[in-house]
Amino acid sequence: MKEVTISKRKKTFNSQKLAPYLFVLPFIIVFLVFFVYPIFSTIVMSMQEIYGFDDVEFIGFENYKRLNNPHYLGALRTSAAYTFWTILVLIPLPVVLAAVLNSKSTPLKNFFKSALFVPALTSVIVAGIFFRYSFGEQETTLVNSIIGFFGLKPFVWLQKSSTAMFALVILCTWRWLGVNIVYFLSGLQNIPPEIYEAADIDGANALDKFFRITVPSLKPVILYVLIISIHGGLAMFAESYAYWQSQTPGGIGMTIVSYIYQTAFNYFQMGLASAVGLTLLVLILVLNVIFLAIFGAFRKESD
Amino acid sequence: MKMQNTMTLPPRRAHKRKINVATVLSVIVLTVFTVFALIPFLFLLISSFKPGSDIVRYGINLQFDPKALTLKNYVLLWTERNGIYLHWFKNSILITLLQTVISVFLSAMVGYGLAMYQFRGRNLIFIIVLAVLVVPLEILILPLYKLTVSLRIINTYAGVILPFAVPAFAVFFFRQYALGLSKDLLDAGRIDGCSEFGIFFKIMMPLMMPAFGAMVILQAMFSWNNFVWPLIVLRSNENLTIPIGLASLITPYGHNYDMLMSGAVMSVIPILIVFLFNQRAFISGLTIGGIKG
Repeated sequence: MKEVTISKRKKTFNSQKLAPYLFVLPFIIVFLVFFVYPIFSTIVMSMQEIYGFDDVEFIGFENYKRLNNPHYLGALRTSAAYTFWTILVLIPLPVVLAAVLNSKSTPLKNFFKSALFVPALTSVIVAGIFFRYSFGEQETTLVNSIIGFFGLKPFVWLQKSSTAMFALVILCTWRWLGVNIVYFLSGLQNIPPEIYEAADIDGANALDKFFRITVPSLKPVILYVLIISIHGGLAMFAESYAYWQSQTPGGIGMTIVSYIYQTAFNYFQMGLASAVGLTLLVLILVLNVIFLAIFGAFRKESD
Repeated sequence: MKMQNTMTLPPRRAHKRKINVATVLSVIVLTVFTVFALIPFLFLLISSFKPGSDIVRYGINLQFDPKALTLKNYVLLWTERNGIYLHWFKNSILITLLQTVISVFLSAMVGYGLAMYQFRGRNLIFIIVLAVLVVPLEILILPLYKLTVSLRIINTYAGVILPFAVPAFAVFFFRQYALGLSKDLLDAGRIDGCSEFGIFFKIMMPLMMPAFGAMVILQAMFSWNNFVWPLIVLRSNENLTIPIGLASLITPYGHNYDMLMSGAVMSVIPILIVFLFNQRAFISGLTIGGIKG
């Protein structure tokens, strides 16, 4: 239909036909050069042994077979655990805090909202500097002082995998709590207040309202946060780098992307690193599809 | 659990009391998390006034001796290692400015084109935008690194900026915003003899200013803090941005704690100032993604 009205204006016909393509051209160029080509080249590299810049050998799926090694499997486990814990903390906690912030009776809402968001303004590395030296092994460090207050002995936090994971999740929670609260608050503001008023008349208490109105209404936002959390969790690298740089004793805190970084830039095994990256890509895409299917997002018609 | 509660409606007085208890409880909970959110800034600030050797020996700690505090780190920050921090600061500012201007302008154009015109391939391009959003850039660092080497833009501003010159999230944001613009304005502009690009620049861009505000702030924050890609592209010390420079100070070879804490504080201050004056723009830039989930 629109085509007809557009073609009526003969004078600028050509320009109108061409203009939309010129508008979207920058995206197409960047997409082809810096997205399609790299993906294509990493697929090729994943089937090569790369000795030097022009010295390559085709080895088929050999790099994928090499993935069956303790470093890769350990990295996979670390990334999966990190994703699991960050989702477990960074969905329920901000949902509750957002509900509290959305309640009419809460004072100083704007102050709390802004204050909780401030950590999101820092770079990973600034956050990492704080947490790295707070989780230091000396008995004087912030975290060891706090546990010392409760009569516990100082702990070597960053050299044991369980406490290292704790340190990673704390850092992530610190930086992302405020952002997720913002997401959930925007979802809550779409719930008409009449629903709560009706629930009040029916005598529902705060818990009833939370589980029967708030949580179900937030379903689309929860799905969104879940997907970006899976994405961010499995692809996590900077947080680990902030704590341990690229080399960690015994692979503590080594994630899938840390492993890519290490194999590519420390050991120059470009083929293996490409294979690792592609497995991560497939993993994330498959998980996205599964979660979208579970939440039934496919059935909804988009505009 | 469900029915019981609706049956035993508490008397009015008790009900009101309960709300007050809930309010007190919520304030306590919010205060605890606010302290958690803000206390690292306090500790970073205090540590930046302590001698650098203090951090090596004690970590970030609770000891606080007002007399031992010194401004020395803030002086050393600009002079040490031939003023390397000044280089990092300059690089961060220039990359943030360039990347923000380029990527916001280009993605506004693309988003606008996708929203305002019917054309062959429009839906396909929009689907591609969404698909790019789903792929983590961390997967591409290796092939992108090789590509920037071949294009001879490794270790340059262009190398940092070009691969992400049209960020998908910003295209998505501008498209959503431009969908709300009236198409009648297109026709009105044409009748007045405006070219298609003239309409965009003269009529539509002013109308899209709130969207520009939100994206400029979000992109600037992202560029200022950007870590993974600049870490790969920027290879020589004087070309680093602040986050990468600070990270290079913690490596086993580059311990330099005098600069570390004061450098971290200096990197937070500009963005904090911007945030204090533009809080709403930060929030609105973030939430558009959540709405369509």
